Formats: sequence, C-alpha cells, structure tokens
Amino acid sequence: MTVQFKPAETFRDTFTYRKSPEDILRFPFPFPEDEYMYSVNIEPHVRGGPTAAFQAAFDIDEHYIAECRERERVLKEDPKRCQVLPHMMAAEWDSLELIMESLAQDYPEHFSLTKAGDLWTWVNRPLNIHQSFTFGKAETLPCGPFEYITRQAQGDFTLQDQRDDNLFVDGGMVTTQADWSLEFDIGMSFHEWHGPVPLAHEKGVFDRALKYLLRLQCGQPVRRLNWTMTVNPRLDTSPENYPVWGPDKASVTPDNVAEKVHLRVELQTLYRLPRSNAILFGIRCYLTSVADIARVPKWRRRLHRVLRDLHPDIAAYKGLPRFRQTVLDYLAPLDDGEPTSKGIAPDTDVLAG
Amino acid sequence: MTAGAPLQVRVRDIVELAPSLKRFSFEPAHGGLFPTPPAGGHVMLTLRDGARVMKNAYSLVSPPMERARYDIIVRLVAQSRGGSDFLHRKVAPGDVLEMARPVSLFPLASSAKKHLLIGGGIGITPLLSFLPEMKARGARFELHQLATGEEVPVFERLLAPYATGEEIRVHGGGRAAFDLAGLLSRQPLGTHVYVCGPHALMDAVTGTAAALGWPRGKIHKESFGGATGGLPFRAVLRRSGIEVEVGETQTLLEAIEAAGVAAPCLCRGGACGECVTPVIEGEVDHRDDFLSAEEKAGGKVVMTCVSRARGPRLVLDL
Ligand SMILES: Cc1cc2nc3c(=O)[nH]c(=O)nc-3n(C[C@H](O)[C@H](O)[C@H](O)COP(=O)(O)OP(=O)(O)OC[C@H]3O[C@@H](n4cnc5c(N)ncnc54)[C@H](O)[C@@H]3O)c2cc1C
Ligand code: HEM
Ligand code: FES
Repeated sequence: MTVQFKPAETFRDTFTYRKSPEDILRFPFPFPEDEYMYSVNIEPHVRGGPTAAFQAAFDIDEHYIAECRERERVLKEDPKRCQVLPHMMAAEWDSLELIMESLAQDYPEHFSLTKAGDLWTWVNRPLNIHQSFTFGKAETLPCGPFEYITRQAQGDFTLQDQRDDNLFVDGGMVTTQADWSLEFDIGMSFHEWHGPVPLAHEKGVFDRALKYLLRLQCGQPVRRLNWTMTVNPRLDTSPENYPVWGPDKASVTPDNVAEKVHLRVELQTLYRLPRSNAILFGIRCYLTSVADIARVPKWRRRLHRVLRDLHPDIAAYKGLPRFRQTVLDYLAPLDDGEPTSKGIAPDTDVLAG
Repeated sequence: MTAGAPLQVRVRDIVELAPSLKRFSFEPAHGGLFPTPPAGGHVMLTLRDGARVMKNAYSLVSPPMERARYDIIVRLVAQSRGGSDFLHRKVAPGDVLEMARPVSLFPLASSAKKHLLIGGGIGITPLLSFLPEMKARGARFELHQLATGEEVPVFERLLAPYATGEEIRVHGGGRAAFDLAGLLSRQPLGTHVYVCGPHALMDAVTGTAAALGWPRGKIHKESFGGATGGLPFRAVLRRSGIEVEVGETQTLLEAIEAAGVAAPCLCRGGACGECVTPVIEGEVDHRDDFLSAEEKAGGKVVMTCVSRARGPRLVLDL
C-alpha cells in the first residue's frame, strides 16, 4: 500500500480537500441496505472487510498529514478539545501502546517502534517525528501520552472509564466531530451523553449496546459505522464553532450541491484496554462528496433511497432538512431503480464519470 | 488487530512453590510476544488428557509489562475432574498447550482513592497481577492474604518483591483471628475492596462491607467457580433437537460442546454472563456469581458453565 500524502490540502476556508479515485473506492459507505434505522450495528473489528478502510486497526489514508495539521490548528485555537481526567492516566498509556504498536505493525513504511525495556523509541516518518521516551513516565514526552499519540492519528478518540456497570466519557481528543462537544459531555455516563439522540433510546438500542460494551474484552475490538452529512469538507463541525459552519447550510444550490454536500461517515472502533480496563473509542471520520458518491452506481442508488425514506426525526437530528431536498433532486435522476446488492462494497473497481 | 484466535504456548519452566502449588511459565510457541495482559486477567488452558478435554481458567500472575512470558500458579485440587492434577503431574517443560487470550472480569478501579485487597489461599493469584499495576499508578493500597500455617512463608516469598514499606500482610491464624469488620471500618472514604478466595471468605467480605454501608460498586470479587461436579443428568437441547448426558465430573457446557453444539461462553467460571441460556423445563442448581437472587429464584435461565440440573432432566432453548 503506497499512499501519496497530500499535506497541503485544507478542511476550512479554501477547502482544497479532494479524493483520488482509490480514496473514493476505499470509502466505508455506511448503508448495508436501501433503508436506514438505528440499531446495535456492532461487529468484530477484524482485518479485511468490504473496502480497504477496514484493513488496519487504525486506518491511515492520503489525508493523514493534512488532518494532523488541521488538528494542530484546532488545538491551538481551543486547547480544551483534548481533555483527560486525572484518574485516566493508565488508560492514556494503554492508548499510546495500542496505537503505536498497531500503526508500526500495519504501516512499517511510515512508523516504527523499538523498545529496550521501558525505553521506547517512536519514529513517525510522514510527520518527521523521532521520539525517545520512558513508558510510564509522562514527563519524558512533550505532552500527555494520550494527547501525544492522538495528535499523530487520524480521527477523534475518547476514553471511557467503566464503573458502577456504566461507562463514563472521562477523556478525549475531539477536533473532527459531528456537532457534539467533549467540553460539554466529559464525565457523563453512556445514556447521558446519548441523551439528544431520537428514537434509539425507546428502541432499547442504548441499553443493549451498553450491556455489550461492558463485557468487551481485550484483544477483541469491535466496530460500527455512523453517518451524517456536512456542507463543505469541513472536519471541525463543533457546537463551539457553529457560527462558522452553520451558515454553510444555506449556501447549497442545485448548481453546487454535488460538490458541496458531503456524506460524513464515522468508522467507530472500540477497544478494551488492558491496564486500565477503560475503553478506547476511535471515531475515524471520512468525507466524500455527493458528486464522488455518484460515481459508484450502487452507492448513488442507495444514498438516494436512504435519504428519500429517512425517518424525519433522524433527518432533523442530523441537521439535514435545509438541503436534503436539493440532494434528492440531484440524485433522483441518477437512480435507475435497479436492485442493489446487500452490504456496503462498491461492487466495482472503476469509477463512472 | 487480533480476533479471538487462541494462543499456542510452550511451557518454559515449572517451579514447585509448595507441595500443592506449582508455578507454570509459558512463552509463545511460535516466537514473538504475548498481547499485553489485563491486570487481574485470566487465561483458559485447554488440557488434553488422553481423550478427555478440560478447559480450566487460571489468573495470570505476571505483570502487564511482561510480554515474553505468562505465569500462572496452580493449586492441586484433590477431588476433581482432574485438570489441576493433569497440570501438576503430566505437563512438562517443552509441552505445547492451547491457551485462550487473556480476559479480565476483575479489573482495578481507576477512580479508587485506595485499594484494599483480600486474598484467601490460591485467591492470591489475581492480586499478584494487581501489585505491579498499582505500583505503576502510584496508587495507595493494602493487602491481606489468608493462608494455612505451612503456606504462610510461601505467600510471603511471593509478596516479598512488593513489600517495600507498603501494607502487605499474610495471616496464618485462620479466619476467626482476622478482624475483617475492623479492617473494613478503618478504610478511608473512596476505598475499593477486592476479594478472591473461598466462597465463605468472599461472602464474609461482601456481606460485612455491605452491612457497613459500602456501596456495591466499591466491592469487587473474583470467583474461581464453585464445585463443578454433581449428579449426572440429561439435557435436552430443544432448538438443536438433540439430547446430551451430563456426566458427574463434567459441566453442562462441556457436555453441550462435546455434542458439537457451539454454545456461547467466555469465562467458564460463572462470572461473565456470556453463557446464559433460557430454560424451558426442569429445576436448576444455580452455582454462578452472575445471576441475581431473583433471577435464580425465577429459574428461567441457567449459566451452563457452572450450574447443573437439580433433577434428572433440563430442557434448554438452545
Ligand atoms: C476466573 C478464574 C480464575 C482462576 N484462577 C485460578 C488460579 O490462579 N489458580 C488455581 O489454582 N485455580 C484457579 N481457578 C480454578 C481453576 O480453573 C480450576 O477450577 C482448578 O484448577 C481445579 O481444576 P480441576 O480440573 O482440577 O478441578 P474442577 O473439577 O474444576 O474442580 C473445581 C472444584 O470442584 C470440586 N469438585 C469437582 N468435581 C467434584 C466431584 N465430583 N465431587 C466433589 N467435588 C468436586 C473440586 O474439589 C474443586 O474444589 C480459577 C478459576 C476461574 C473461574
Ligand atoms: C462508548 C463510546 C461511545 C461514545 C463516546 C459515543 C458518543 C456519542 C455522541 C457524543 C453522540 C452524539 C450525541 C449528541 O447529539 O450530542 C453519539 C450519537 C450516537 N451514538 Fe454513540 N457513542 C459511543 C458508542 C456508541 C455505540 C456502541 C452505539 C451503538 C448502537 C452508539 C450509537 C449512537 C447513535 C445511533 C447515535 C446517533 C448518531 C446519529 O444519528 O448521527 N454509540 N454517540
Ligand atoms: S461462561 Fe461466563 S458465566 Fe458462563
């Protein structure tokens, strides 16, 4: 796998973010069927899977360098996007170990980790980092171990402590979020932080998901896909920044809809951590424009059908009403009514158009 | 990224700690390193004694940082199906065994102001894996190990590496001489208590703590499972359409597996809840630590890994 990084692309202001054809085909398209409803859509996070995005523990793609730079900018403007409560120190080291070992194993051409007892040396070639430190001694790193490693990973991460038969979000690195705030949620329990989600509570989705997660075991990570839609390829759609990105929704027109509106998918992974018994939750965000989706016949048919029939409460919760009809008007003529195959695979290795 | 595939492990060495206690050290049979083990975690060994296959759980006593080897300590149990006997008498250095990846049902609380650890006999094993982790966290703790007189020096030696100015004590005077209520009442607010040992000790600790007003979430116990043997019975698996005989020294779960039915399980010790199975007919002899008293009285489910039928027949929705 030789990715060509695009270090200069941007996720704000100029929005120079673009996807190569390979990058479009590896997109973890979120709909296994032509309709969508909340469910406990959790499965083992095993290597392989319907697209190349599932081949590593923590997926790295052509946007890696640019995303790490964007994270740096967000943190500079608002350091509170990374917070970890003091009792999560063991979980911080657990996370650093897991992410470093996984990246070094999955991408030996980009990352390496060597150990002499507790003395570890970490090399990150794309970001030009060479760091020696003592595992377990936070003062030997430039910042906390969790912040250190998540500044070098794509996607957001949160840390959940398990106590009293519940999970508490007691830490996180959250700069590429779909309209939720770590500063607001930190310390909350599983049902509390899921409070705003419609329909799913009544269906028992969160009760069952929590029960399952409480029993999550080391070495047996699980994953799920979540989705929403974002105007412009903007990673940081935080509530804190709503004044910056909220008005974008009004900018969608029939002429620009295909390029402007992006399907935003989160490949969410959950790992039980060994020393701390905490759960590391990875929220890896992928953005693909409606125009790019339309280049895969199965995906454009399915996106059209899902959006058309989406439960209004879910559409409202995800903030789609302002531009949903414009997207539908674009996609409807591209949906020939042919049946689609089950699962999320693109069913093609060449792009149309 | 690892699925749940079992590990192949080679016995590196075996050390006799006491007449009925042996420490086994394992290394990956095909080189490399083991996964970082969870603090308080255990592994499940598949023991093949001729045609008999037993799966026994053992707590890891080696620290999370130790990835080149996994250590366990096994108590020889006289009257049993023979898993511990097999390990003590038939397993030799160089042998290769199958080991399920470590899991943990007995973690250290991260928000505890202090950890109070109480072990009884072989129940010391998960506590041994807590010690290096508590040291790494700089956590405050106190450990009390109950032992029979002749094993006191054995446990003292095992604990010696950690006893640098910390509160670690081995008690050889029997449970009557051990002032449990006094110990629990003088703990600072925010202390979590952990107990592993015989059922009577675990019941005493959880009962006394509850009576003293300790919140349930601050009381943790690791059960090594109770007696697994009992009278033979017949299990009818309604959905699979088969019937299996559960022998006197076999668990219901083992009998189901032997019949080729893939039944859910994880800890195989009545703790995790994974093997819960609906009961259609028959009375259950509940021996697990997972179901609540009400669920046990309801008799609608059975934990197949440890519980049995109280009569000749049990009909399961499996
Ligand atoms: C999470 C967990 C961690 C554990 N960690 C350890 C550890 O670190 N070290 C350790 O030594 N053990 C540990 N155990 C216990 C271990 O798994 C075995 O149960 C133990 O080694 C005995 O195995 P066995 O096959 O010889 O006997 P088993 O047949 O499993 O016997 C278990 C108990 O049942 C009684 N019993 C069984 N059959 C009969 C019968 N027919 N009549 C009367 N009594 C009977 C035995 O006397 C014994 O007390 C752990 C168990 C669990 C669930
Ligand atoms: C344990 C780690 C998890 C964390 C930290 C987390 C966090 C969140 C947050 C912050 C939101 C947004 C809520 C808001 O609007 O403010 C959300 C939404 C949601 N979560 Fe989770 N979650 C976790 C696990 C899960 C799991 C295991 C499921 C499985 C069913 C799940 C299902 C959902 C659903 C269905 C939504 C609504 C999403 C949407 O429609 O856009 N979550 N989660
Ligand atoms: S397998 Fe864990 S309770 Fe039965």
